[in-house]
Amino acid sequence: MTALLVDTTAAAGGSPPIRHRGGGLLTAIRASRKAMVGSIIFAVFCVLAVAPGLFTSVHHPNDLAFAPSLSPSAQHWLGTTSLGQDIWAQLVYGTRQSLVIALVAGLFATALSVLVGVSAGYLGGIADEVLSMITGIFLVIPTFPLIIIFATYAGKGTLLVILIVLVVTGWSYGANQLRAQTLSLRNRDFLESARVRGERRSYIILAEVLPTMTSLIVANFLGAALYSVLTAAGLQFLGLGDPNSMSWGTMLYWSQSQQALQTGMPLWSIAPGLCVALLGVSFALINYAFDEISNPALRPVRRRRAHRADA
Amino acid sequence: MAVRYVFRRLGFFLLTLWAALTLNFFIPRFMPGSPLQALRDRTHNKLSPAALEQLLTSFGFKPHQNIAMQYLEYLKNMVTGNWGISIGATMGEPVSTIVKQALPWTLGLVGVATLLAFGLGSLIGIVAGWKRGGKLDSVLPPVFVVTSALPYFWVGLLLILVFSVWTNGFLPSDFNYDTDLQPEWSLGFVENVLKHAILPAATILITSVGGWILTMRNNMITTLAEDYVRMGRAKGLSNRRIMSSYAARNALLPNLSGFAMSLGFVISGAILVEYVFNYPGLGYLLYNAVQNSDYPLMQALFMLFTVAVLLALLICDFAIAWLDPRARANG
Repeated sequence: MTALLVDTTAAAGGSPPIRHRGGGLLTAIRASRKAMVGSIIFAVFCVLAVAPGLFTSVHHPNDLAFAPSLSPSAQHWLGTTSLGQDIWAQLVYGTRQSLVIALVAGLFATALSVLVGVSAGYLGGIADEVLSMITGIFLVIPTFPLIIIFATYAGKGTLLVILIVLVVTGWSYGANQLRAQTLSLRNRDFLESARVRGERRSYIILAEVLPTMTSLIVANFLGAALYSVLTAAGLQFLGLGDPNSMSWGTMLYWSQSQQALQTGMPLWSIAPGLCVALLGVSFALINYAFDEISNPALRPVRRRRAHRADA
Repeated sequence: MAVRYVFRRLGFFLLTLWAALTLNFFIPRFMPGSPLQALRDRTHNKLSPAALEQLLTSFGFKPHQNIAMQYLEYLKNMVTGNWGISIGATMGEPVSTIVKQALPWTLGLVGVATLLAFGLGSLIGIVAGWKRGGKLDSVLPPVFVVTSALPYFWVGLLLILVFSVWTNGFLPSDFNYDTDLQPEWSLGFVENVLKHAILPAATILITSVGGWILTMRNNMITTLAEDYVRMGRAKGLSNRRIMSSYAARNALLPNLSGFAMSLGFVISGAILVEYVFNYPGLGYLLYNAVQNSDYPLMQALFMLFTVAVLLALLICDFAIAWLDPRARANG
């Protein structure tokens, strides 16, 4: 959550966009240890999500198929729950939903923030006034209480409800940043020349403005994904998700309601929490590395370039 | 100029408050599941329909009335503190009384922990940004990138495990004070309250301090490259002077507005923290209200959360306007 604040300077300082694309980006990721660690964690979770069957022999991890409260052993790597489910299997199968929530909610929230932020910044005038007012309101209203209330009324949240709620509440931060960045680009010469050429507005926004903001958009996606992972897990932990679904947040809910910590089964609560944390950390690390790539001043090396000249 | 700025900000304040209150009004009315049904379930069908309806009327729910009239009356009630009567576990008690009991605990715990995190984070960020590439600077950023991505409730669970379960209750893991104590102004009681606050406060501190450190460090680095800092160096000013009154002073401004913005996140974290530690503050109250379908309490709490964030935002806005002439001009 507060990690979202990390990239404010990049936006506020009007940092120059990344010059290299595609291959250059890959090299940059490989060069940064933070980005590497983040990407590896993310890749591992992707594999777990795509093919959970490869990592455990249990295929219905929510069935109460084993003796309850077993300690870790060769059969049950992390033991079993007090209800008699294999914790490791639940963990593996739970990856998919958490990852899907992060990616889908992150994607749609980012799309919405690009739409609102860039239009507001580029169109200016009344459109800007109205759009940034809406953004400001969504930015300020405390979303988590709203989500809790919303999820309650909507009947314990199905996956769809949770996704909608995350998108509706998760876009405003990015929109605000993208608007600022668009404003700073608006009067640059390359846009002026496009206007003089008589290009349509939609073309200018899509083909001229957006590509220069790739790094900021990616950063926003990562921030929104991080927000979604943490918020969804929090909601499910409070019992506002579907209690029969297979996800880390739901595991946390059951372990909490069965008093796992107090009854000597800490792994049941700690393991899914650790997974949520790891996924969150992977997004945050990649995000931070991105920040360093797009804003050379923040790089850890003691090398100061004259980057302010072109800001 | 300054007057216009103040009016603009006040206008935004009122507009946002109105938007939040409106959402708060319409969400329950356009969602499946009605307060009437929830209340009927709660009272196990013991009350007559007429009595039920009267109860609901007390928090502004009049299904037969014109929706516009309902809306206006609701707005009036919210603003005047007429928040109705709880229909949850504490049925019959006025919402304002319940809120009054919980408010000090949240303010004390979450307020102090948040301010502490902000102050501490900014301070560490200043030093880390100043000693660029030093030991502190190479270790801190990665560590705090990690801590700021941790889920609040999980950190709370870890702390409970280590400091309470494994150490046989070295620190208490729930409630605000031991249940066998009477609230009083004695040393023993205050000590007990503080002891109960350590773990939840530590949870908030651990998860939120990282964000401040990182933004402050990044702001410092950007500011240190400014010409006026070079100017200060050229004048031969002491390092301490340049660090505090040239660089840090300017670098703190964006952090201050970030502080107000992030309060929404802090509140969401606080709800989870209070839930994990059974701490009887506003967040825990909201959780219980949701569990018991206590609609009037939910409405009042959501409004309070919004007002809290807006007030903080307003204070920060004016503080920034007072500290930074540029903000006044652009307002």
